[in-house]
Amino acid sequence: MPTVEVTFTPLPVHVRTARLIATAVARRSGVDESLLDEVRLAVGEACSRAVEAHRKHCPGEPIRVALTDDPEQFEVVVTDAAPAEQALSPATPEPAEPEVDGVIQQLPPGVGLAVISGLADDVRIASAGNGDGTSIAMSWTRRTEPVTPAAPA
Amino acid sequence: MDLKLGHYSKDGIEVVDVEGEIDVYTAPRLRELLIDLVNKKNYQLVVNMEKVEFLDSTGLGVLVGGLKRVRAHDGSLDLVCTQERILKIFRITGLTKVFGIHDSVDDAIAARKAEK
Repeated sequence: MPTVEVTFTPLPVHVRTARLIATAVARRSGVDESLLDEVRLAVGEACSRAVEAHRKHCPGEPIRVALTDDPEQFEVVVTDAAPAEQALSPATPEPAEPEVDGVIQQLPPGVGLAVISGLADDVRIASAGNGDGTSIAMSWTRRTEPVTPAAPA
Repeated sequence: MDLKLGHYSKDGIEVVDVEGEIDVYTAPRLRELLIDLVNKKNYQLVVNMEKVEFLDSTGLGVLVGGLKRVRAHDGSLDLVCTQERILKIFRITGLTKVFGIHDSVDDAIAARKAEK
C-alpha cells in the first residue's frame, strides 16, 4: 500500500501540485536533499505526459500518483488511463502540437521519458493492466535513514 | 511560484527575464512572448534564467521553438543560467550543444557581439 496516494484531474495547473506533494513526501521519507530536485523533475515529467495523454483521449478520467517509501527505496508510480499504445509511442509522426509557421512548438513526447530515465535510479513502464492505461514507476535508492516521527511530548 | 516575464533591449539585443517555474502550465506564456518578440522583428534574444526555479521538457520545447524561429531569420537565442539544477536538464537532453549558455547577461551579449 502506498504511503501517500493522490488523484488529480488532468489539467496542467495540477501538475505543479503533484510535484510539490511528491517532493514533500520524499523529503519527509528521508530522501537525500540532493535527490529532491530529481524527484520533483521526474514526477513533473511523468505527470505532464499523463496530462497530455488524458487531454487527448480521456479528459474526464483522473491521473493517479502513488508514493511509497520503504527501507530500500523511494518509489513514485504515475498511472494514466489513456490508450497504452498512444501513450507509449516514443515519437508520434505528427508533432504533439500543430506547427506554427513551420516551427514545432513542443519537443516529441519521448523526450519526457528520456529525462525521467536520466533522473531516476530505476524506471519501469508498464501497461496499467486493463488494456488502457500506462504506469511509470520511478524509484530512487535510499541513501539516508527515513525520518521517524517525533514522539509526542 | 508562478511565472513572471519581462523584457528589455540592451545593445540591440532583446533580453527576456524569466522568474519562477516553467512547466506544462506556464510554458505557453513564455512561448507567446517569444513568438511576439520575433513577430516584432527581434531576432537577437537572450533569455535570462537566473531566477528560474523549475524547468521541464515542456519549457525546453518552448526554448527550442524560439531558437528555431530566430534562426529562420539568421538570429540567435542565448541563455543565461548558472544554476546546476536547471543546467542538469539541458545536459540530460544534450541541449547544451544547441544553446549558448552564459554566466551573465553581459557575457551573453558580449559573446553575441564577438560573433558578429
